[in-house]
Amino acid sequence: MCRLFALTSQEPVSPMQAIKALDVMREGHDGSGVGLFLSGLSGPFEDLKDCPVLSGIFTTPGIRRLDQFMMDHDFMTKYKTSTRLSEDPPTGTPKRDVYLARAYEKPEAWKHLSPEKQEEEMVRIRLQLRRMGEANNDMTVFSFWPDTIMIKELGDPLAVGNYLQLDRKEFDARVVLAQGRQNTNYAINLYACHPFFIQGICTMTNGENTAFLPIREFLESSNILGYEGYQSDSEVFTHILHFTLKRLGLDIDAYKHIITPLKDRDLNNHPDGPFLKQLKETCRKLIIDGPNCIIGCLPDKSLFMVQDSKKLRPGVVGGRPGMYAFSSEVCGLDAVLPDRDVTKDIQPMHLDTVIVPPTRQEIRICRQTDPLHLQH
Amino acid sequence: MSPNRPITPSTLSPKDLPWQIDWNKSKCTLCGQCTTVCPVKAIELGVFRKRKVKTPIGLMTPPENEYSIFYGIRQKTDPAFSCIGCGMCSMVCPNGAIMPRRNDEKDKLCFHKNAGGKPRTRGGRRNDNDSLLDRIKFIRISMLTDPALDAGRHEFDLRTLLGRVLPPEEGLKTFREQGWAPPVREIYPLIIGGMSFGALSPNMWEGLQMGVAYLNEEMGMPVRICTGEGGCPPRLLRSRFLKYVILQVASGYFGWDEIIHALPHMKEDPCAIEIKYGQGAKPGDGGLLMWHKVNKLIAAIRGVPAGVSLPSPPTHQTQYSIEESVAKMIQSMSMAWGFRVPVYPKISASSTSLAVLNNLTRNPYASGLAIDGEDGGTGAAYNVSMNHMGHPIASNIRDAYLNLARLGKQNEIPIFAGGGVGKNGNLAANAAALIMLGASGIQIGKYIMQAAAGCLGSESDRCNVCNIGVCPKGITSQDPRIYRRLDPEKVAERVVETYLSFDTELKKIIAPLGRSTSLPIGMSDALGINDKAAADRLSIKYVV
Repeated sequence: MCRLFALTSQEPVSPMQAIKALDVMREGHDGSGVGLFLSGLSGPFEDLKDCPVLSGIFTTPGIRRLDQFMMDHDFMTKYKTSTRLSEDPPTGTPKRDVYLARAYEKPEAWKHLSPEKQEEEMVRIRLQLRRMGEANNDMTVFSFWPDTIMIKELGDPLAVGNYLQLDRKEFDARVVLAQGRQNTNYAINLYACHPFFIQGICTMTNGENTAFLPIREFLESSNILGYEGYQSDSEVFTHILHFTLKRLGLDIDAYKHIITPLKDRDLNNHPDGPFLKQLKETCRKLIIDGPNCIIGCLPDKSLFMVQDSKKLRPGVVGGRPGMYAFSSEVCGLDAVLPDRDVTKDIQPMHLDTVIVPPTRQEIRICRQTDPLHLQH
Repeated sequence: MSPNRPITPSTLSPKDLPWQIDWNKSKCTLCGQCTTVCPVKAIELGVFRKRKVKTPIGLMTPPENEYSIFYGIRQKTDPAFSCIGCGMCSMVCPNGAIMPRRNDEKDKLCFHKNAGGKPRTRGGRRNDNDSLLDRIKFIRISMLTDPALDAGRHEFDLRTLLGRVLPPEEGLKTFREQGWAPPVREIYPLIIGGMSFGALSPNMWEGLQMGVAYLNEEMGMPVRICTGEGGCPPRLLRSRFLKYVILQVASGYFGWDEIIHALPHMKEDPCAIEIKYGQGAKPGDGGLLMWHKVNKLIAAIRGVPAGVSLPSPPTHQTQYSIEESVAKMIQSMSMAWGFRVPVYPKISASSTSLAVLNNLTRNPYASGLAIDGEDGGTGAAYNVSMNHMGHPIASNIRDAYLNLARLGKQNEIPIFAGGGVGKNGNLAANAAALIMLGASGIQIGKYIMQAAAGCLGSESDRCNVCNIGVCPKGITSQDPRIYRRLDPEKVAERVVETYLSFDTELKKIIAPLGRSTSLPIGMSDALGINDKAAADRLSIKYVV
């Protein structure tokens, strides 16, 4: 089973913190890969909040093709990270030419586009790059979005973190999602590594998504930009969340109602019963069956955790005002926040969505039987 | 040999018949119960002459013939009275002296079952043991990667939706604006398909209805039953149990006068309206209730004279195109119940199924589509229709589902599959396979007759006399002397037992697949089959 760890902190922290937590939980993963999502970036990226950041892995010919492509599309590089990596990658990690996190200034022509249009364009660029990379096997693009860096690599998380020198200041972030990969179901594919990202929405999952195929079929047929790929059975969780927030215009507290709706008898007693019944009916094809613990980040930098309807996967949230962490095991939390008040740790139950808002001052629990927030 | 020996081209010996009677002279007490109960009069009391040669000791007296007679059971060889293998004789024989035995070679009767130039008409089934559904296996079983669900302990939600489901965005918009949304029912995915009050005996029908009511009200399982063509008893129409019933309107409109008149008195809306265009067992044939079964009660409910055959035309005669059938009829039926009741068509699986489905997707009032495959059963049909027409259900359902998936409308128009589900007894496995191929629910008919009432039919041309009203078990007869053999209470009990065991078996299949909160509709990654061509055709895994 994969191990999950997420941090949200007032002060920027190094992603190595999260990787250390993964290492503590190591028994549970075989170190076949690590995935990182960094947001709320500090350092040089802090001043480039509006610039989309491209993150991915490239070969030398790939980077040339990328440069050509980006120039053709009138993107100008504002900042890039550069690292001189040691000659030998750790065991299990392939030798790559370039790991890239590069911030671009948006093209002139975008100035007249609405924010929504610009968001759409960014997804389109990412997809184009992904397809280019798949055609020549020279680019692997994880994200193209402001204030977002994603790093995924095969191998043991701690070894990869050290190898990539992730403790550098430029990688410090206020939100970190990390997953230590336990590869079981599929051949190792970088695109299949968690977390997954689309338009500011990011989630990672452990467990298995048994309803993957019908959900994938539905999402693919919905003709929404970016709903493609699906190298992993968990990728659909991110897209369901995207669908919930962006297409249905609902809040995060509706997400759990979509993936794990209440039983009818509970719906009958719910203050929003009729609405939720409608939601259950029309979104029935998005019901997941688990076992899953899902940790994710919303566009406003809130972090959340939900579980499948039978809570077949554990998860714990703890911390103190200013810094909270989400972990699939308590020992991960202990490693990063040893001085927290453990009596305030929360292990969400099967109806709960645990949310740490962007203010990072409290943990909010939203139970499915509670009334929903006002709908948009 | 007699010069006027009675041998004609159609003279058959017992050896030429599909079933032969084994009668044991030494066990028989000549009680006559077997001949009384035989539904087709295939056996009769016979007088046999016996010659015995008496050879006295010595050479003086020549041997003599001694003639005697004895009584016993004789099998008729007239094609009109050939044994149907139902085995009622052996059920009533106190001494086990008689039993039908299947011919060890292909019978010759099939060449002679057209007396008077009329092709054979029969009830029952297609009589083909092969079932692709039985060959499908469930191969996705979680063991160590993730804990499997426990079928015995976890809570499962095995419901499906009958009714058009709006796409998420549209559904929420309609809800916010308080607009009209198509009616949707949450039901159990195993439906008792259309078997009419004319086709079934009153006792059988009552038993089924009682079983369904019990399942709903005592067991909390929202099981639904379809009436089939021929209307619905007035008392049921005006009762609260109507909500468990799907009313069927077929091309003969039998009984619909009664239903329309009962509308103002209905305490509950029916679960749904099924418009029958075709039946899997006899695609393109319409319905047929033969005169044998049209007694006074049936005639009264259907609003016709007694004692005449009641064929429904193969099409709804007021319509001349698919647009009309789909749009006009569905709309008018919806309107009759104030757009509160789902209305959907039922068609035979055929190469035109997709055309119908495509048309339905564009009709906001269409609530689903029932597709009946070639292995369906019937009360009466021409032999040739049953054996040689129609499309198997698995690939038809799969095509329909994948077509919807391409349109992004999967499960918006629920597809219900019928025809040969559980024909070899594997009800839960067959149903689960169809659901994972894309069906939202399953319709059964034959299975419930066999399970709940002991229908004797099998997939080897056994019995098959549902059409002429002599059903040996009293399931499909309208003759009180026959149907009083069937105890409705016992039928109801068996219906409940069947559903409960099906429920357990279905859970046993889907629990290790990791599904418990929603029906695994379209979860084709769980399926495998050891036939490359079938695997490719169904887009499932090929396993050997």
